[in-house]
Amino acid sequence: MADLSINFAGIRSPNPFWLASAPPSNSGAQVHRAFEAGWGGAVWKTIGAPVLNVSNRYGAWHYGGQKMLAINNVELISDRPLEQNLREIAEVKRAWPDRAVIVSAMVESKPEAWHEIIRKIQDTGADGIELNYGCPHGMSERGMGSAVGQVPEYCERITGWVMQVAKIPVIVKLTPNISNIVMPARAAVAAGANALSLINTLNSIIGVDLNTLELVPNIGGKGGHGGYAGPAVKPIALNMLSALGTDEVVSKSRLPISGMGGISTWADAAEFLLLGSSSLQVCTAVMHYGFRIIEDLCDGLANWMDEKGFQTIPEVVGKSVHRVSDFKNFDLSFKAVARIDQEKCIRCDLCYVACNDTAHQCIDLIAKDGSVVPPGSYDVRSNGKEAAVSTRPMVKVREEDCVGCRLCFNVCPVENCIQMVEEPPERPSLTWEELTQKQREVTEDWEKMKEYRAKMGIQIH
Amino acid sequence: MNENAAWTADREALKEALPPLTPHEALVEATRCLMCFDAPCTHACPTHIDIPKFIKKIYTGNLRGSARTILESNLLGATCARVCPVQELCEGACVLGSEHKPIAIGRLQRFAMDYIYCKGADVFAKAAPTGKKVAVVGGGPAGLSCAGELAKRGHEVTLFEKREYAGGLSTFGIIGLREPVVIALAEVEMIERLGVRVETHREIGKDLQLAELQSNFGAVFLGLGLGATPNLGIPGEEQILDGLDYIEQSKMNGHALKVGKNVVVIGAGNTAIDCATIAKRLGAEHVTMIYRRTASEMTAYPHEYDFIKKEGVRFEFLSQPIRVHVKNGVVAGLECVHMVLGPKDASGRPAPRPVEGSHFVIEGDQVVKAIGQEKSSLAARLNLKLHRGYIAVDETLQTSLPGVYAGGDCIRAVGAASTVMAVQDGKIAARAIHERLVGRG
Ligand SMILES: Cc1cc2nc3c(=O)[nH]c(=O)nc-3n(C[C@H](O)[C@H](O)[C@H](O)COP(=O)(O)OP(=O)(O)OC[C@H]3O[C@@H](n4cnc5c(N)ncnc54)[C@H](O)[C@@H]3O)c2cc1C
Ligand SMILES: Cc1cc2nc3c(=O)[nH]c(=O)nc-3n(C[C@H](O)[C@H](O)[C@H](O)COP(=O)(O)O)c2cc1C
Ligand code: SF4
Ligand code: SF4
Ligand code: SF4
Repeated sequence: MADLSINFAGIRSPNPFWLASAPPSNSGAQVHRAFEAGWGGAVWKTIGAPVLNVSNRYGAWHYGGQKMLAINNVELISDRPLEQNLREIAEVKRAWPDRAVIVSAMVESKPEAWHEIIRKIQDTGADGIELNYGCPHGMSERGMGSAVGQVPEYCERITGWVMQVAKIPVIVKLTPNISNIVMPARAAVAAGANALSLINTLNSIIGVDLNTLELVPNIGGKGGHGGYAGPAVKPIALNMLSALGTDEVVSKSRLPISGMGGISTWADAAEFLLLGSSSLQVCTAVMHYGFRIIEDLCDGLANWMDEKGFQTIPEVVGKSVHRVSDFKNFDLSFKAVARIDQEKCIRCDLCYVACNDTAHQCIDLIAKDGSVVPPGSYDVRSNGKEAAVSTRPMVKVREEDCVGCRLCFNVCPVENCIQMVEEPPERPSLTWEELTQKQREVTEDWEKMKEYRAKMGIQIH
Repeated sequence: MNENAAWTADREALKEALPPLTPHEALVEATRCLMCFDAPCTHACPTHIDIPKFIKKIYTGNLRGSARTILESNLLGATCARVCPVQELCEGACVLGSEHKPIAIGRLQRFAMDYIYCKGADVFAKAAPTGKKVAVVGGGPAGLSCAGELAKRGHEVTLFEKREYAGGLSTFGIIGLREPVVIALAEVEMIERLGVRVETHREIGKDLQLAELQSNFGAVFLGLGLGATPNLGIPGEEQILDGLDYIEQSKMNGHALKVGKNVVVIGAGNTAIDCATIAKRLGAEHVTMIYRRTASEMTAYPHEYDFIKKEGVRFEFLSQPIRVHVKNGVVAGLECVHMVLGPKDASGRPAPRPVEGSHFVIEGDQVVKAIGQEKSSLAARLNLKLHRGYIAVDETLQTSLPGVYAGGDCIRAVGAASTVMAVQDGKIAARAIHERLVGRG
């Protein structure tokens, strides 16, 4: 059985799953129950400056009958008295010595304010501190949260103040509301932070109520952007995580990264590990289903690791980072074509319409007699189950015309019915970068490109 | 609608069986639909409703658009949603059928139809009048569909119906468990709102002659349906109840229908099953269906057969009625003879023949016959060319008389007669009539 324990910048926990700093870690009683359920750690709901919250705080994005593909919130940091939070943090840590208790903090951008909160947190016996540079609403209007995270110099300066007094590991939590995530990360590295975490929530507006024309959620007739999180943001989080893993400065610093943003299942978690997270945080999935989801997060991850022969979490961390690359390094000669498994195909023709209307028109409908037929080519007088099923043409990819865009694969509702089959390359391996080096003119002039294609036998349909 | 009308007498035990889908159920089911392209369910539907389109509209909350999508292909969408043998049609062809549960297309269709009928909204605007007149004879599904389609195109349509209400078998013949009378009549009213003039108590061949119609109207459509239940030609037949009347009474005057304790139903088609169901639901202790062939030759749909077995109805296969036993003026039983199956007959099914000396009596106090309907005798009297006793028509559903079209059960010489086929006939004929009146386009 795989060992799930981690040591993250000196913070130990029996498994890599921590509650993200958010409503699930709002109070001692909640964190206590989460630990009972098996959570490896918790990043306490951000404490710091005094706040007042509003109601109708959460909006959500539902799609295709699935509830809460994402949540959006205008919640501020903890609205519970600071002293009460600190007391409960101390109590929880005392009761759960083997779990990671990290405290998220955010105060006004003054060195005294930061020094004071860091000392108070350290007095609780907590294992680490997370600096919340991410809250995209409310706090940012007061010069905190993402107002800091979006400006690398502020990030560096404040982290520097923190490091002056910090005796326990300090994690800098990055905001995704920035065009290049690497910049604030480098700033944190430069200021001497012990670790990074990402992503906080994304700016978002959930929608408009079509009956009242109010924003969703409606806060006394108004609404506005709030932080977006949950399954829908996972691909964005993975990209930002990879950007850190492949950045020279950040990767050379070897700072561990706590990954989050849309983790709902053990499989999501494994992907974060593979792309370089060495601890994992979860918020929305817990808000949807409760603390109990920790069981399958651990169980599923351990089973997958056993199956793959990984014994410890560090063996998994970053295993796929070397595959993250840029377009210019992709092999232009790599070739895959779509192939349909006729046994599995249910003839919904979704691949046909997708390819025909929006890809490369290379899926044919083939009638019983082998001829290619247009859609709807049945006699309108024919009807009934027998006629409809027995005369339905089959879908077939004209592989010689398939560009391998993979759209059909993505729309097919049947598991493993369409496969993207790797074909032997027709030309020697070549990347755009190499082409640019060898024949720059081809990459700059359409006429030269035409000649090049003709020479290489590259046909575009 | 008149609340005091006779048809409100639907008996509780025969109220519509399937509840409507709740909005949530409809949404969940609509979400499950894959939105197939060139969908097989649409092919399988005889009226070729664009099923993924109307289902997607339920999903997006555009119920008015959903209803319109259905009605564009099938004006009697509310009846069809309830009575269509969906297992054999759309749902039978659903791509999710083989490994999953097919989409409940019929019930989703009903959801959209209920919405529009409850709203009392009409989805079609009246077209500009063309000044052309068409007569439609028979107010069943075929006639209503044809009349409605022509009215939508701006023609002045008069529909002549011999009975008190239009709707044909939807009103009088389809068991209330499947379709309440109000639904059939609401559709008639919708067709009237499209501009069709419905004249009831007008019977062609009696108070109205075809020749008159031919000279007063630009075209005529005949949707006459079929006739009465045929005679068995056995002693005591006058004691046997007619299955169609039995069903009609259960719908139109349910409380007056006296059901026996021990009911014998002759026949094994869908009508016979409906009669047996009525008997069972209205209190009969024993219901026996007798059929001269076996279960595998039954014309009832397999799902109907499964249903009636679950209702607790007994079957006597390979049995043919010989005479009705009457004691003191009341029915006491039905004498039958056992049959064996021989070589195939004209219908392609093995011909049954009696076994010498195998007579037996099934006790019962009520005998109902449901052995199909006679072909309309009117067709022959109108001098129309016939095909196997049905009105002969060409591709466009024109009869041997130019300008006279026909559709529905009265032309269905092959294949199972059903409401949705009648609706499609009405559509096909309407298109042809329109072209005849105003030219192509
Ligand atoms: C008991 C029973 C149950 C059925 N159940 C189903 C079912 O569940 N699903 C399904 O799809 N199908 C079912 N059917 C079949 C379906 O009802 C018919 O296929 C359908 O009604 C045919 O429509 P139509 O318009 O051709 O004829 P009909 O519905 O028979 O309508 C014909 C109309 O013409 C009128 N008419 C006849 N002669 C004249 C005249 N001389 N002048 C004026 N008017 C005239 C009649 O009064 C009637 O209103 C059932 C049939 C029966 C008998
Ligand atoms: C309602 C809500 C409140 C949050 N409050 C905080 C907070 O106080 N401090 C913080 O650092 N992050 C906060 N977050 C962000 C989460 O910690 C986390 O970064 C984000 O939700 C992404 O993870 P997820 O996709 O698992 O939810 C909050 C998120 C939500 C949904
Ligand atoms: S991979 Fe793209 S081009 Fe090829 S068949 Fe699929 S959709 Fe068409
Ligand atoms: S999308 Fe998949 S199941 Fe549907 S027709 Fe194409 S290959 Fe078959
Ligand atoms: S076949 Fe089934 S899944 Fe496909 S469009 Fe029709 S109802 Fe939907």
